[in-house]
Amino acid sequence: MPAVSKGDGMRGLAVFISDIRNCKSKEAEIKRINKELANIRSKFKGDKALDGYSKKKYVCKLLFIFLLGHDIDFGHMEAVNLLSSNKYTEKQIGYLFISVLVNSNSELIRLINNAIKNDLSSRNPTFMCLALHCIANVGSREMAEAFAGEIPRILVAGDTMDSVKQSAALCLLRLYKASPDLVLMGEWTSRVVHLLNDQHMGVVTAAISLITCLSSKNPDEFKTCVSLAVSRLSRIVSSASTDLQDYTYYFVPAPWLSCKLLRLLQCYPPPEDGAVKGRLVECLETILNKAQEPPKSKKVQHSNAKNAILFEAISLIIHYDSEPNLLVRACNQLGQFLQHRETNLRYLALESMCTLASSEFSHEAVKTHIETVINALKTERDVSVRQRAADLLYAMCDRSNAKQIVAEMLSYLETADYSIREEMVLKVAILAEKYAVDYSWYVDTILNLIRIAGDYVSEEVWYRVIQIVINRDDVQGYAAKTVFEALQAPACHENMVKVGGYILGEFGNLIAGDPRSSPLVQFNLLHSKFHLCSVPTRALLLSAYIKFINLFPETKATIQEVLRSDSQIRNSDVELQQRAVEYLKLSSIASTDVLATVLEEMPPFPERESSILAKLKKKKGPGVVVVSELEDGKREGGELNGGGDRGPDSAMSASNASTPSPDLLGLRSAAPVGAGPPSGGSLLVDVFSESGAGGPAAAVNDDGFLRFVCKNNGVLFENQLLQIGIKSEYRQNLGRMYLFYGNKTSVQFASFSTTVSYPGELQSHILTPLPVLTPPRLIPLPTAYRIHSQQLNVQTKPVEPLVEGGAQVQQVLNIECITDFSEAPQLNIKFRYGGALQNITLKLPVTINKFFQPTEMTATDFFQRWKQLSQPQQEAQKIFKANHGMDTEVLKAKLLGLGTALLENVDPNPENYVCAGVVQTKSQQVGVLLRLEPNAQAQMYRLTLRSSKDTVSKRLCDLLAEQF
Amino acid sequence: MRFMLLFSRQGKLRLQKWYVPLGDQEKRRLGRELVQTILGRKAKMCSFLEWRDLKVVYKRYASLYFCCAIEEQDNELITLEVIHRYVELLDKYFGSVCELDIIFNFEKAYFILDEFLLGGEAQETSKKSVLKAIEQADQLQENIDFQMRLFPAPS
Repeated sequence: MPAVSKGDGMRGLAVFISDIRNCKSKEAEIKRINKELANIRSKFKGDKALDGYSKKKYVCKLLFIFLLGHDIDFGHMEAVNLLSSNKYTEKQIGYLFISVLVNSNSELIRLINNAIKNDLSSRNPTFMCLALHCIANVGSREMAEAFAGEIPRILVAGDTMDSVKQSAALCLLRLYKASPDLVLMGEWTSRVVHLLNDQHMGVVTAAISLITCLSSKNPDEFKTCVSLAVSRLSRIVSSASTDLQDYTYYFVPAPWLSCKLLRLLQCYPPPEDGAVKGRLVECLETILNKAQEPPKSKKVQHSNAKNAILFEAISLIIHYDSEPNLLVRACNQLGQFLQHRETNLRYLALESMCTLASSEFSHEAVKTHIETVINALKTERDVSVRQRAADLLYAMCDRSNAKQIVAEMLSYLETADYSIREEMVLKVAILAEKYAVDYSWYVDTILNLIRIAGDYVSEEVWYRVIQIVINRDDVQGYAAKTVFEALQAPACHENMVKVGGYILGEFGNLIAGDPRSSPLVQFNLLHSKFHLCSVPTRALLLSAYIKFINLFPETKATIQEVLRSDSQIRNSDVELQQRAVEYLKLSSIASTDVLATVLEEMPPFPERESSILAKLKKKKGPGVVVVSELEDGKREGGELNGGGDRGPDSAMSASNASTPSPDLLGLRSAAPVGAGPPSGGSLLVDVFSESGAGGPAAAVNDDGFLRFVCKNNGVLFENQLLQIGIKSEYRQNLGRMYLFYGNKTSVQFASFSTTVSYPGELQSHILTPLPVLTPPRLIPLPTAYRIHSQQLNVQTKPVEPLVEGGAQVQQVLNIECITDFSEAPQLNIKFRYGGALQNITLKLPVTINKFFQPTEMTATDFFQRWKQLSQPQQEAQKIFKANHGMDTEVLKAKLLGLGTALLENVDPNPENYVCAGVVQTKSQQVGVLLRLEPNAQAQMYRLTLRSSKDTVSKRLCDLLAEQF
Repeated sequence: MRFMLLFSRQGKLRLQKWYVPLGDQEKRRLGRELVQTILGRKAKMCSFLEWRDLKVVYKRYASLYFCCAIEEQDNELITLEVIHRYVELLDKYFGSVCELDIIFNFEKAYFILDEFLLGGEAQETSKKSVLKAIEQADQLQENIDFQMRLFPAPS
């Protein structure tokens, strides 16, 4: 039996609770509960009217049973009856039951709302508070509809009791959060803001939560709260600990209110008014100073309350991110906490520093704590604290400390908790890629990652290393050598075999000169792992073998023998069997030339954001600090390495056997491989693409457009249904573009049609059907289309109206440049998928620079011409921030991709790039000179173009400014 | 704050307060999972943890765990003191509170919490004011009872 039973005890309830507690088993408990439920049900149904006390007791028992975790499906009506009791505790229990067990029964809601309405207008503050508590606890839309108009009135009325105001404020907050559309502050706004000045600290404490929420949604309407909040804060911060009486908590004046004030200020930028700002900075300084004072109490409550304010102040300082002095002081304070004996403080300091690391003012200061943080990673006993340390290391990483941090994270991985390994692996992979100065370090790091934590290395990670190796020829030899060595280990992780197989298949030739890694040695090494691997890895190895046949004809006999063996050619797995059969056939019937074309080295992957980063973001959800972007362009990692997101295995097999088996056998007669360019096949599959749904798209999609200014081949567009690949070639003023439409689904696209048009004022006479000039036939040939604007002629034939599931159709555009142009032609694609009409419009990447002829010239010539083109309209110039990395090789590759000649030893400043070329159009030739001046420190570029035609200078300048 | 849970070392829920609308099933599932997570932690560990997309702040008092799930922008340390103040309020009201008091007078535990926190935000942080409100209500009850006994309502 309970020791205490305050207010009015309910003996029956206490007995019931005791009984439940004495139950020895779950079954006994359920039995007892069922007995009680039957009893209560009979009482509620009985003829005899129950008195208020009994009703209250039974409702309370039902509540208890519900809170034990059992379902309750009756008693609501009795609880509602209690609401209108004039006995306080009966009313109170009724409200409690409703708050916990609210039922959306509309009949009941009406009754409840009626009871609440009565209590709200009773002018009895205790009853009013009960009613408001109930609304705040339930917070349903029905209640908002009924009371959202009334509560603001209660909140600001002059004669409302303080306790009622407090409840009204938070009640309104709950309704606003649930149904913001129903809570209209309008005329009340200024009076609500002025509650910050209320004499009663409790009213301010409650009201500020409401004001903070409203301010975050409508900052402008509530902006007068800033100066009020600052002066309130200032009064609290400067008060003696005894001034605030019961609002002082363990010698800390009003800690809850202080935190809330500091939180409210984080909805706004720093105050514009100098005096207000000065006062606020003073407050923040005082709070930082107080942290250094000796504690007024040894109780943890004292230090917690004090530090709660301190951390909130630091959050505000970080939010402003404009006071270097305060930021550095905050960082030093957190630095002290990093070594504090309280685990809680160490945890919060690590967390808070993570955000400081992304401020340019405090990034360096944060970095000074690297040893402490590394130590925390090694010695903290609580995994959640170690996790914070790992997060902070990740956030403070930049080029200067990347090697150290990555090494520490790798060594931590060997013993890390299973729960955080996968995330750690992703982080190491991202840092290694992002801050790779030399790519041999990057390759080493990822291979170490696979060695140490192979099980946690997701596909994205090993796909990525392959994408990077393929896109960077300077690291290919090293990668081949390193994987070869790594594969020597008797037990190596399957992911290592995948990477090894892929890289040796592509670049094994680079180390084949060394007799220790001769082709046969390489093959035997790979094949020694074969039998231990899963089916997908074996499939990958088979592809590596066929690539070996192309790279090293001397291995052909050995590999054919392996392919011919029963365990391959009769493998029970269809994929393996098919590969074995096809590869064997391919190797025996195709000529060396055909083999070399089919098994050509993988082309570079298209540039995209690292899929690993996307995965980490997805894993952590929004609102997570991803690597600080301080020193680096936003997508530096992705651009530097020019990596794509395709899964290399699928891409590889697609490239190997560019079409399914029927075509493979057709190799003998013609050579359709040449017609469908090798890269065409690999465009089909994109494992990681997360493009939006394939719904109707009305707007012009030009995401892909800018990626093609400096290159001619790649994936122009992709969604869940359709992928469009491009391959194009240009000579003088003529171009030919192959479009590959791939149906990614298993369902046929019907009424598939494409239209090329030219936007702008000339549209009216662009599209003219033009009969193809062929001898007359009974069945007319499809009509060819030609758009001819004054600038561009584009000629094409319609595509087949049906695209089968998984199939790819090709369309060829012939392009002629008449004169220079700025607008790109548009491609409109329409088809039916299922029943729905899909409509996609894209900009075709036909840009003026495609018609460049490179021109080599000496420094003297260059500067002489440069000077000749000195009229203002001949020059176009832009200064812009580096959007991607400033890696020299990448820049050079892009400038070459532009089509001009990259002139070495011309510019006196070796950091700069100069190029020259002639734009070939039918009507004229336009000479163009280009100069690109990077400023690595400021992460800026200055781009200057000079040409004999102002429109050309301008257009090129606009296009190129988006490329670097 | 999203919700507050009180549970015993055996994992029995003693009080649950939800400040966000959730179905009963979901509440039970979240409660069960979080209780297991916290009971699985060692004594000296940090009072804060990331759990799903929430921050969780918890503290153990004798046989009871007090646990709050808060929003991303909420302050962990002040939440720890929210818990402590609530414990103080219970302690003062019951006089040296123990788990049994909360089991047998669970409705009082809810009433006290409602006076202190409303909609997940601090309504009144003064210990005196909260207790005064509760005492007044108890008083009110006794007065009404007294009056009722003297002058029975006509039926």
